[in-house]
Amino acid sequence: MKLLRDTSLIFNRQMQFLLRNPVWILVGVFQPVMYLLLFAPLLKPALQVRTDAEAYEIFVPGLLVLLAIFGGLFQGFGLIAELRAGVIERSRVTPISRLALLLGRSLRDVVSLIAQAVIITLLALAFDLRVFLGNLLLAYLMLALISLMTSAVSYGVALAVKSEDALAPLMNTVAQPVLLLSGILLPLTYAPGWLQGVADWNPFSWAVNGTRALFRGDLGAPAVWQGLVIMAVLAVLAVAWAGRGFAKSVR
Amino acid sequence: MIETRGLRKSFTSRQGRDKKTVEAVRGVDLDVAEGEIFGFLGPNGAGKTTTLRMLATLIEPDDGTATIAGADLRADPGEVRRRIGYVAQGGSTWDDSTAREELVLEARLYGVSKAEAQRQAVRVLEGFQLSEYADRKCKTYSGGQRRRVDIALGIIHEPKVVFLDEPTTGLDPQSRAHMWDEIRRLRAEGMTVFITTHYLDEADALCDRISIMDNGEIVASGTPADLKREISGDVVRVGLPVDAVTAAAEALKNYKLETYEDNVRLYVEDGAVSIPQILRALDAADVPLGTIELHRPSLDDVFLTKTGRSLRES
Ligand SMILES: Nc1ncnc2c1ncn2[C@@H]1O[C@H](COP(=O)(O)OP(=O)(O)OP(=O)(O)O)[C@@H](O)[C@H]1O
Ligand SMILES: [Mg+2]
Repeated sequence: MKLLRDTSLIFNRQMQFLLRNPVWILVGVFQPVMYLLLFAPLLKPALQVRTDAEAYEIFVPGLLVLLAIFGGLFQGFGLIAELRAGVIERSRVTPISRLALLLGRSLRDVVSLIAQAVIITLLALAFDLRVFLGNLLLAYLMLALISLMTSAVSYGVALAVKSEDALAPLMNTVAQPVLLLSGILLPLTYAPGWLQGVADWNPFSWAVNGTRALFRGDLGAPAVWQGLVIMAVLAVLAVAWAGRGFAKSVR
Repeated sequence: MIETRGLRKSFTSRQGRDKKTVEAVRGVDLDVAEGEIFGFLGPNGAGKTTTLRMLATLIEPDDGTATIAGADLRADPGEVRRRIGYVAQGGSTWDDSTAREELVLEARLYGVSKAEAQRQAVRVLEGFQLSEYADRKCKTYSGGQRRRVDIALGIIHEPKVVFLDEPTTGLDPQSRAHMWDEIRRLRAEGMTVFITTHYLDEADALCDRISIMDNGEIVASGTPADLKREISGDVVRVGLPVDAVTAAAEALKNYKLETYEDNVRLYVEDGAVSIPQILRALDAADVPLGTIELHRPSLDDVFLTKTGRSLRES
């Protein structure tokens, strides 16, 4: 109960700041739209599909997962600014739940990611993408789990390194291989066997496969529940780890 | 109200390849009574902030015990948090929110309803004369206004004990005097106030009792008046042209003395008797004399006798 109340206090404050400065939504949507307009048309021949709709079915889920991963991983920067301003230390001397300090922030990140995802999906509908509402909601759940996990990881790392200069290269080092080895932008169907083998060890490639299945309308595909379970477990682990960071000394 | 025994904390930091250990606090015993303004006086790096952060549950002591407002620091940090307020040395406001927003949130973190939090915010905003700026963003405040918001945040839940880490550093003399009044008002409301400072006059004028800290240890404790009385005798301050200081020190080498840029200070049993002798010694050595003053020891003299250094210089 207390956790819920504390989390909503932090969440509301963070949302307030977010809404006060709505530029983020323009910035957050502009780039993906560029991808939709300029990159996706190249895909039809590359993916050897017949229609635009089919190309978008493959490309849009990948793009959304990409946004969830990157959006989350770079949230730590905001936290470092808060550390520096003394806001986190001030919270830590109050009786607030330590986990709420994390969850309130991570949920804000989840909400802003989902808002971004909704806008992009709506635009993709204009390009003849078709997806069942139920499947779409499950796909959003997947995205929410991904961004919960990546933002928690980013906060945990930010609390450990306490400086932007260390956080940026660290997050880039994590993000690049994750991105390349997940088939996010292009499916790995035509990749050589060894590359597919490596990708199997990348949890995000399971998430992408699951999300693609959902956009395809293939709710029964094992990739769907496998992706959801893997992301849920990782999200819980990430939250538990980063939550401990807020409980420990930070400065 | 606060009792500590043997509090210790050391930090290990990496510098390239070798590890360096700093013993920031080495066994601190404190007894702070209810309703007093207690001061922690010490130079940069003495360990004041580290001690405060331990007492505020922000870092765990390596060793030692503490009871704060009846709650045990080690066994029940959660209860300690409910009973204290803490204002960090570096402040704690967020540029883009307003004083009122910060205060309402802070009050709510202690569990009160939104309506009650808003009432409390109005009350402290008035108390700290911040009502006029309450709805402006924190980044637009002056240093003094911002510091008052920090302190308002620390006391909005009416804690029994409030820790203020250097509440007046960086303020102009007028704002400092104003802040002293605010702090006295907290005491009048029944709070126990624990401040740190490296201003001698602040420790002297504002604090009921002080502990002098140096190098992680407490070197003296008591009321400012008692501490000064402990140093028997008087201080004679001889003002000199800058280039005559060395010659004067040489001429007066039989006295216990400290040299400064444009003066020397002598610690003597009885100033009235010593002054004629001092004048004669300077005359004999042909040292041009500027001014001569006699005064009772200050807290700086206390610091000097305990540590061998002057607080003004360290
Ligand atoms: N997190 C930390 N890691 C490493 N060393 C630290 C840390 N915090 C404090 N120290 C060291 O501990 C010593 C005491 O620091 P502290 O901040 O307690 O001093 P202070 O008395 O508050 O000084 P000031 O008047 O400058 O605020 C210093 O040598 C400082 O460098
Ligand atoms: Mg300090």
